Amino acid sequence: MTTYYSKDHEWIAVDGDTATVGITDYAQSQLGDVVYVELPDTGKALKKGDEAAVVESVKAASEVYAPIDGEVVATNAALVDSPANVNEDPEGGAWFVKLKIADKGQLADLMDEASYKAYVETL
Amino acid sequence: MGTTDSHAADAADLKRTPLYDLHVELGARMVPFAGYDMPVQYPTGIMTEHQHTRAAAGLFDVSHMGQAWLIGPDHETTARALEALVPSNMVELGRGKQRYTVLLNAEGGIVDDLMVTRPVAEAQDGRLFLVVNASRKDVDYPLIRAALPANVRLELIEDRALIAVQGPQAVAAVAAHAPKAAELAFMSADWMEFDGITCHVSRSGYTGEDGVEMSVPADKAEAITRALLADERVKPIGLGARDSLRLEAGLCLYGHDLDETTSPVEGDITFILQKRRREEGGFPGAARIQREFAEGPARKRVGLKLDGRAPAREGAEIKVPGGDTVGIVTSGGFGPTAGVPIAMGYVAAAHAAPGTKLALVVRGKDLEATVVEMPIVPHRYYRAPKA
Repeated sequence: MTTYYSKDHEWIAVDGDTATVGITDYAQSQLGDVVYVELPDTGKALKKGDEAAVVESVKAASEVYAPIDGEVVATNAALVDSPANVNEDPEGGAWFVKLKIADKGQLADLMDEASYKAYVETL
Repeated sequence: MGTTDSHAADAADLKRTPLYDLHVELGARMVPFAGYDMPVQYPTGIMTEHQHTRAAAGLFDVSHMGQAWLIGPDHETTARALEALVPSNMVELGRGKQRYTVLLNAEGGIVDDLMVTRPVAEAQDGRLFLVVNASRKDVDYPLIRAALPANVRLELIEDRALIAVQGPQAVAAVAAHAPKAAELAFMSADWMEFDGITCHVSRSGYTGEDGVEMSVPADKAEAITRALLADERVKPIGLGARDSLRLEAGLCLYGHDLDETTSPVEGDITFILQKRRREEGGFPGAARIQREFAEGPARKRVGLKLDGRAPAREGAEIKVPGGDTVGIVTSGGFGPTAGVPIAMGYVAAAHAAPGTKLALVVRGKDLEATVVEMPIVPHRYYRAPKA
């Protein structure tokens, strides 16, 4: 399994044709306390850059974007009842959606872990 | 991930308060606010900061706010000069007493909300201490100056910081250094020594909790803050929790819940219109305000509790469920003490009664909400024991 990162601070873990999408620890630290998560319907076809989910902190609403094209095959319903998990385990249990990857070629536009870390250092 | 809350201003153009270095040392996340580089939160986060303020004591740097003296030959002259701009009774404001009021434009719209304090010392009669919003200094000061008679002047205070300490243990924590603070009644103020430093302390604030606001010498602000933070009851609190605290307390944020189009009657702050002023008028926009007071306003500020978990933010449309648009949300978020998403907004008067069911439109969906009495979280201001 390989994990990629977007400039918008999503992580995307690829296992075969399936990609699990969440937000990075840096992203959750910028958001602050998450109080609400809205997930898409299963079966929804997302284009790269579409809104895949919404996270609301005490302060503001933010969108989680689809880092690649794909169909939503699963969502993490546990986040709806326990939105604070996004702060506690952002790069583990608090994933948002699983996508069926439409075009693996799009993964080449994303960063690996070392590049993402270097990118965050510049912010 | 993308956020609707963008901060694009160049940090180099921002002003800093005397506590800037301390905020950075404490690990605050700094954001631009009203032209200042201000702490939005410290490492523990908004939720913890909010809860700590309600449970113990929170310390807020509000030095960005504008402090000024209005100075005239005697109290009545200075008070009447201010009464020409505000709808509150300033002439009968007692020594050492404080009052919340608003500057009005000719249409009765609110130019800013502010605190006015009459000094306790007889020797300072003729002076009123003003605290205005940071974002409105450039509007307020010229407006005030243009309206003053020749024998009253506005003198800006640039060498003092302003620190708020709020929460059920705030006054005890301050009184450990400034014992006179414990003697203050709600909405009153006095000069006192804080570890030997002369400060102007008022028993007031903007969280709905007991507490004080301290005007202190800028070069002593850090020492005073460090002394207070050494007390484990006191934690530093950023603008994020300040916002959620005041929202729960039903208190308005200028530029959001009040602006140049809203009147004090629409804003549901008619307590600032004392009887003599209401009856006599003599303030800008008096005709509109007196009419709204008598007949009721066309729209009114209300508190809202959402039935679900999704917050509604400023700008969300307010509708009759399944029907017409009747208003707009002016502040909204999650209420950490309320435990649910809450909001404030303006609605047509017919829909302003507590208990009214409304819908707030968020991302194209209607969220169910109910009009509730404000404050949403009850105030816990200090009340002096009866003698």
